[in-house]
Amino acid sequence: MKHRLFFTGKKLVRMVLLLLGVSLVAFLLMSASPLDPLQTNVGQAALGTMSQEQIAKLEDYWGVNDPPAQRYLGWLGDFVRGDMGTSLLYRQPVSQVIGQRLQNSLWLMAFAWVISGALGLTLGVIAGANRGKLVDKLIRGYCLLISSTPAFWLALVLLVVFGVWLGWLPIGLSVPIGVDAASVTLADRLYHAILPAITLSITGVANIALHTREKMADIMEQDYILLARARGESHRSIVLRHGLRNVALPAITLQFASISEIFGGSVLVEQVFSYPGLGQAAVNAGLGSDLPLLLGITVVSAALVFGGNLIADLLYGVVDPKIRRGVAKQ
Amino acid sequence: MEPILDVKELSISFTQYGRGTNQVLLPVIRDLSLTIGPGQVVAVVGSSGSGKSLLAHGILGILPYNSHMSGEINFLGQPLTQRRAEQVRGKEMVLVPQGVTYLDPLMQVGPQLRKGKKDPQTRARFRGVLDRYGLGEEVETLYPFELSGGMARRVLIATAAEAAPRLVIADEPTPGLDARAARRVLGHFRELAEGGAGVLLITHDLELALTIAHRVTVFYAGVTIEEADGADFAAGKLRHPYTRALWNALPQNGFVPIPGAQPGPGEGGEGCPLAPRCPRRRPECLGKIPYRPLDGGRVRCLYPEGGDL
Repeated sequence: MKHRLFFTGKKLVRMVLLLLGVSLVAFLLMSASPLDPLQTNVGQAALGTMSQEQIAKLEDYWGVNDPPAQRYLGWLGDFVRGDMGTSLLYRQPVSQVIGQRLQNSLWLMAFAWVISGALGLTLGVIAGANRGKLVDKLIRGYCLLISSTPAFWLALVLLVVFGVWLGWLPIGLSVPIGVDAASVTLADRLYHAILPAITLSITGVANIALHTREKMADIMEQDYILLARARGESHRSIVLRHGLRNVALPAITLQFASISEIFGGSVLVEQVFSYPGLGQAAVNAGLGSDLPLLLGITVVSAALVFGGNLIADLLYGVVDPKIRRGVAKQ
Repeated sequence: MEPILDVKELSISFTQYGRGTNQVLLPVIRDLSLTIGPGQVVAVVGSSGSGKSLLAHGILGILPYNSHMSGEINFLGQPLTQRRAEQVRGKEMVLVPQGVTYLDPLMQVGPQLRKGKKDPQTRARFRGVLDRYGLGEEVETLYPFELSGGMARRVLIATAAEAAPRLVIADEPTPGLDARAARRVLGHFRELAEGGAGVLLITHDLELALTIAHRVTVFYAGVTIEEADGADFAAGKLRHPYTRALWNALPQNGFVPIPGAQPGPGEGGEGCPLAPRCPRRRPECLGKIPYRPLDGGRVRCLYPEGGDL
């Protein structure tokens, strides 16, 4: 137990350093961006009709003339005190914008995460256990096809087929248009999340299935599988008893590492479906030079991804007897 | 007396990709023949890389998918087809593998041995067998990485003995053990043979093999070159130059090496695989050489030791 606490503590220190680094890099990239916040957000035509004082005020609002170091340190100081600042675009506290957006996205990502994990693991195990056979070739062919398909393109295709041609599902947004916010039901929200979630799942499945297949095929060539066969165990029993057990560890790593991929995918998919989630907010913040919001989203998503990996590491200690018993003995 | 296992001219080859998409057939075992009777321990002795393990896998029908096997195997008087192998393995025919890597690292020993059966009879049966090999109850809850080398070996033998097999195939059961532990492990195989089972002992260790083997088949570069009685070695009644070299290379017999190295799979032609290293090589040694009886054994040599052919 003491060992595990120490391990977790060490990981948390590493997380603080990581977040610091990530926020700094995001800030530097933003500072190096050639976009002029005034031109992007106010527009060339509007700027032309403004007086110098008005423009100076706007420049002040967007922080154009402050030295970068001062801007970053200012943001960092506030952040450490628990204040993530105010979004320049939404004119709301960043924490509130992220909270709202994350709520929308979390549904989507959780759904895609679970589906792609379960389906990817199943397909991967089936393919790996039957390497070289027809079912393996089909699964692998499908996965390779999907992984070489850009997520946004797939999103567009699904949108055209199910949203436009068939008309089964809405073409975008997270709630029906023209309905009072108070009367939006959970069913409405789910209905609008189906297409983006499926798109995310489909792209996620391919990756997980291909990796799992590789691991499973490796396992099937291990000595202990050979002995199990020599002892007369059936293929089915070998896959279920030894295969699944041994693929569990890499599967945990894969599953939690895929959080970052789901995150990345959601940015594109939310854009296509005009889904007001965190991914879309990140794009808006980046293009609109909304520094506090962008840094806030960067830090939150990095923390989520790191948290996922941390959970995977801790689960290892529970699942792997070498770690579990080894630690207990010390 | 009907032999338990009778292997005639067994050949195993692999399909491999050569340059580009060319498929190459790589022979690893050629024309292997051996017979095991009830209560008999037959050792197959050969150096690493001579294809010994594949012999075990071939008999059990667990060769990899890209392999090809030809020849004739009879088990208890009937042809051993792939289907029959699947039926008898783990029951009448068992494998004792090399070491702990043959146990699932994430599964406790007890449940692993019982193959998922949980009923009290099965538990009691396995308890009895483990007991016989000096493995206490606590061993059943250990994971393979918690076993010592000797314990792992006894677990593997117990697994095999539990099935009350007619044929025990032991694939290098002693490496990593000190001489005393190795002799004890071999003693367990002798017990199994005394119980009426046939034992096929595959090993690189001629000296250890001779401590229990009734018959010895010597294997070189995938070819059986000699079959001899266990007693022939000490009596100096050896037939093939390689067997002689193997004997002379033992520390107590002079530690004499012969120059050169064993050819790899697919290297060398039809002829005697030892030809490049043999002091008594003649041109005709490069042709096909028959495996013929000589002096109570068999030899694959045109000019055998002590032979006047």
